[in-house]
Amino acid sequence: MNWSVVIPLMLFLLLIFVIGFWASKHIRTTNTSFLSEYFLGGRQLGGLILAMTMIATYGSASSFIGGPGVAYTEGLGWVLLAMSQVVTGYFVLMVLGKKFAIMSRRYKAVTLIDFLKGRYQSKWVVLVSAFSIIIFLFSAMAAQWVGGARLIESLTGLSYISALFIFALSVLVYVILGGFRAVALTDTVQGIVMLLGTLILLIATIAAGGGIDNIMADLQAENPNLITPFGAEGTLSASYVSSFWILVGVGVVGLPHVTVRAMSYKNSKAMHRALIIGTVVVGFIMLNMHLIGVFARPIMPGIEVGDKVMPLIALEVLPAWLAGVVLAAPMAAIMSTVDSLLLVVSSAVVKDVYLNYIEPKATPKKVKKLSFSITAILGILVFLMALDPPDLLIWLNLFAFGGLEAAFIWPVVLGLYWKKGNKYGALASMLIGILSYIIFHLYLPNLFDMHTVVMPVLLSLAGYVVVSIATSSRTTVPE
Amino acid sequence: MSEDKERFRIAHREAWIGVGLAVFNFIWWFGFAYGLGGASPASYDYIFGLPSWFFFSCVLGFIIMAVLVILVVKFWFVEVPFEEEGGEDS
Repeated sequence: MNWSVVIPLMLFLLLIFVIGFWASKHIRTTNTSFLSEYFLGGRQLGGLILAMTMIATYGSASSFIGGPGVAYTEGLGWVLLAMSQVVTGYFVLMVLGKKFAIMSRRYKAVTLIDFLKGRYQSKWVVLVSAFSIIIFLFSAMAAQWVGGARLIESLTGLSYISALFIFALSVLVYVILGGFRAVALTDTVQGIVMLLGTLILLIATIAAGGGIDNIMADLQAENPNLITPFGAEGTLSASYVSSFWILVGVGVVGLPHVTVRAMSYKNSKAMHRALIIGTVVVGFIMLNMHLIGVFARPIMPGIEVGDKVMPLIALEVLPAWLAGVVLAAPMAAIMSTVDSLLLVVSSAVVKDVYLNYIEPKATPKKVKKLSFSITAILGILVFLMALDPPDLLIWLNLFAFGGLEAAFIWPVVLGLYWKKGNKYGALASMLIGILSYIIFHLYLPNLFDMHTVVMPVLLSLAGYVVVSIATSSRTTVPE
Repeated sequence: MSEDKERFRIAHREAWIGVGLAVFNFIWWFGFAYGLGGASPASYDYIFGLPSWFFFSCVLGFIIMAVLVILVVKFWFVEVPFEEEGGEDS
């Protein structure tokens, strides 16, 4: 075992635990309602924490482990694709924005589904959305856990199962202890680790490659396509790369674990600060991290498994102890996505299904107990699933997120800004979004040379608008 | 609720600003990437060691977006209260 790498990683995990314990004090002593505190941090987030928790939440294993690996294979074209994520830094908070903050307070919403319930007043909307969140995010979570365990495995030389166990235990402990506040605070630490980690690694990689000029010349000599926008084999077309603007850019407005953060901030000032910090930090991290993948190629040619690029290059160009510190960054990225997913899925089970339809009058004490135990049970289930993992981490992950985007983007956005939207439209939009995503994914992937997500998002828009107008005589507009 | 009307007017305007920024961001990113990057790699110009399409599209494009967001937030965004009269439980 490589102790100089393992010790910084363990210190990092320890720090995360300390934050979890500290945040758990809030849960024990809070005078706001338990649910609002556990699932939403009592709506008290400030600007820095809001920005960091949003970035950390979507800067997931797919981009952090998979991303640099694909950039290694495809060259600068993949960095171009990754930069479509800069838009998330401002778009989500601006578009959901103040209206979402006001309306979610009015509905006393703690989850995305609470918001949909308040807006559409429909049991079916609630059940369909809860069901899709549980199914899709559960599978996304499993993919992330596999990523986390693989990373620990490759860094420490532990077996996959013990690595998975360490990962699962660390995440479960602080999520159950500290709830949303712990998640947001640890996200902030993790975001800072990602920012500094990628910066240090990028600089060291450039130095090891003999400067950017040198690296570019090496890449061009190996395969000129690596420095074009079109990928190593010339297969990344403009329309395909652009369609990622929907998948990882503007479409994240529909992701439940992202939207819930857009109802968690304290006031306008926090939101304004988060817009600026978020845009700068997300762009910086994405650019650095993917450039690392590209620049690693001439230094360490012939890496077969994309997921190993990041750990191997760190061990190659940095002193071992610093590599340990830097490699806490992808670890941080995975943990911070997993913790928010875990909390969102638990809230869907406890708040949206159980309290709405099974036992509305549960005592506060019971709700508390239930929340902790559901989080724990979900964690254990994911652990069991991740024991025998499916291979294609990045695509499994994108499947889940794409499906949720197609389901929720219009019921949320048009629900906020279009008065004529109604429950029939929302239901149609969700069903069309999910079903068409699955059908396109299986039978017509990447139709018209664009990512699969594009058509379902357009179809669900059509469904929302057409059905809302067709049924407008049957509903009265709330407000 | 007239107070609502004013708050929502501000919220709607800011949402449209977000859409506008995203459209501008996309055009800048796309234009430089495929406008300059479509040429043969042998004829690329380099800025700070990076191919010029990449520098303009991804590096400069990111810096410009960051500056735009800062300006827009500082000069156009308005602080509004989120709580209702009487407030909620927080």
